[in-house]
Amino acid sequence: MLVIEDLKVELGDKVILQHIDLEIKPGETHVLFGPNGSGKTSLLMTIMGYPQYKVVEGSMIFKGKDITFMPINERARLGIGMSYQRPPTIHGLKTRQMVNICAGGVVDVGGLAQRVNFADFLDRDVNAGFSGGEIKRSELLQLMAQNPDLMLFDEPESGVDMENIHLIGKTIARLLEKDFNSVSGEKSKMQKKMERTKMGLIITHTGYILDYVAADKGQVLFDGRLSCISNPREILSCIGKSGYEECVRCMA
Amino acid sequence: MHGLGELKEKAEKALQKKAPFGEDINLDQFDSAPVLHSYMADEDLCGIPQEEQKRLIMAGLDVTKKERGGTFFQKDTSVIHCHSPQEGIEVLPVRKALEKDWIGEYFWKLAQVDVDKYTASAALDLHDGYVIRALPGSKSIYPVQACLYLDKEGLQQNVHNLIITEEGSELHIITGCSTSPHMKKGIHIGISEFFVKKNAKLSFTMIHNWAEDMHVRPRSVARVEEGGLFLNNYICMKPVRSLQMYPTTYLEGENAVARFYSIIVGSPGSEYDLGGRIFLKKPGNKAEIVARAISNGGKIIARGHLIGEVAEIKAHLECKGLLLKGGLIHAIPELEGHADGVEMSHEAAVGKIAQEEISYLMSRGLGEEEATSTIVRGFLNVDIPGLPSQLKAEIDRVIEQSDKDMM
Ligand SMILES: Nc1ncnc2c1ncn2[C@@H]1O[C@H](COP(=O)(O)OP(=O)(O)OP(=O)(O)O)[C@@H](O)[C@H]1O
Ligand SMILES: [Mg+2]
Repeated sequence: MLVIEDLKVELGDKVILQHIDLEIKPGETHVLFGPNGSGKTSLLMTIMGYPQYKVVEGSMIFKGKDITFMPINERARLGIGMSYQRPPTIHGLKTRQMVNICAGGVVDVGGLAQRVNFADFLDRDVNAGFSGGEIKRSELLQLMAQNPDLMLFDEPESGVDMENIHLIGKTIARLLEKDFNSVSGEKSKMQKKMERTKMGLIITHTGYILDYVAADKGQVLFDGRLSCISNPREILSCIGKSGYEECVRCMA
Repeated sequence: MHGLGELKEKAEKALQKKAPFGEDINLDQFDSAPVLHSYMADEDLCGIPQEEQKRLIMAGLDVTKKERGGTFFQKDTSVIHCHSPQEGIEVLPVRKALEKDWIGEYFWKLAQVDVDKYTASAALDLHDGYVIRALPGSKSIYPVQACLYLDKEGLQQNVHNLIITEEGSELHIITGCSTSPHMKKGIHIGISEFFVKKNAKLSFTMIHNWAEDMHVRPRSVARVEEGGLFLNNYICMKPVRSLQMYPTTYLEGENAVARFYSIIVGSPGSEYDLGGRIFLKKPGNKAEIVARAISNGGKIIARGHLIGEVAEIKAHLECKGLLLKGGLIHAIPELEGHADGVEMSHEAAVGKIAQEEISYLMSRGLGEEEATSTIVRGFLNVDIPGLPSQLKAEIDRVIEQSDKDMM
């Protein structure tokens, strides 16, 4: 479980997040909406532990441990992982090596890569010259190898073409144990829900990901504050009809 | 060989001549008197103490000679092993080669004896060195290894090497310089002349592994004929007092190509002044100079000079520097175009490791130190087209090893 309480975060001298309360229970996936610049990426980076995002108030507890000031790699070891919106290029490090790093050992990199249509990129330097859509698949591949318990997805479907969106959607659903109709058909829905432990937090503008992932809750981040919790589809249609500001006001 | 008297006369006049770059070394403080070591057979080589073997391995010399197409091994002033089992490849000590008539076409034909006091000194007081020659059309399967080793404290080692690839041949050389574990102070002067003939391909990978009080002054000149390829790799990741070299290459035939790659790590107290100069003299010439320099407290001057004399040439210079723990990296790239239609470019960057990259790797589970060394290793991992995978593995191993000392 992830529990965030009354979090206030500064970047440089600027407050970018405040009064953030968030609770993600084992097996739950939440979706995060919000206009450009509202602080969505910042929230994910803060959970991951990037030191430039300075927590000045509040706390974050994950699996019962206080992670508020924990170094990034310790959070990763504890089971937090992220798919980035704009990851840096690492020159001289092959994607193949990176996937092994994520797995913490040797894995069937080729097999994993095939699942996200990325086998042809394994011998290229990490993110070097990758197109927008390629970055998404590269990030997803890394996360597949890492297989963390809490997965933070920063706009995983933005800029992805129609064919790959299907691939990405299904892969994320499988990672989060949130497929609508899983193959292991014997188990009852109830039973599956009980066994589910993976947690997810997905940033999306379009909501396409909702076609693949059975998300539990939706939230809107507006001006550095989390403003409402509701069914993600309802939020999406509300934003579509009347815009973020209206949406935040009416649901508050 | 004829004309030696004339060379001597020229050299004597240059004995006090300072080099334009690098600290001026007073050669009087070193002893260049011959140090005799007896010849070593294969089994003797394998009997070299483990500690020394390790240093030799780091400089590319494998005493078991496995997967090597030939071996030359000089200790101080004596050649202690020389062997070329591969058909089409000759390896011999330069002093022995001086007895042959063909040597006159090569010896001191590219390099000049009176460039500075170091060339002059090597001309007047030659210890030995190697001649490696690939006969016309021959292809080497395994690289030839050559090692110049210093053991005697305070020695001035003067060597002269000739590398000749005849028409249509292909030759790969891995050459290392190293010092024995106890050695501190000395100077190595190495003259090298490279002849890459028509359509020949030469890769020359040099690994230096010096001691903290060593001075090193290599002096190299290469000539590449039509359709020839000269690939020159240089790796130096261990401390040295001062190292200065500025090898020159002349691309003299159409479509001749030269590529220089160097990887340097500058430790505290070390001073490096190095680079390469390539003249592109015929249409279709291509040249590339790529340098990766890391300073963790040392001083590195990375030069590069490309001279495009005619149209339809292509040249690129790239220098990337990383400052890890202070120190200095000074990149001095020069481009000279002498004709319309040259295509020349350069790229230089000096900086530190981006925190964002470290954090990214940490979020994949690596500790901060591991993340840093992964990025450093990536930085040093340049793709060298045309290098046999075995030599690539050799370079990777050296980087991997030094990486541990660097952090
Ligand atoms: N290095 C920085 N210096 C100054 N301001 C920054 C910096 N990084 C981010 N910001 C600002 O912080 C705010 C939040 O940015 P963030 O990236 O979290 O937004 P977002 O909600 O993810 O937006 P988008 O939907 O466009 O991805 C923005 O106003 C942004 O300009
Ligand atoms: Mg964002």
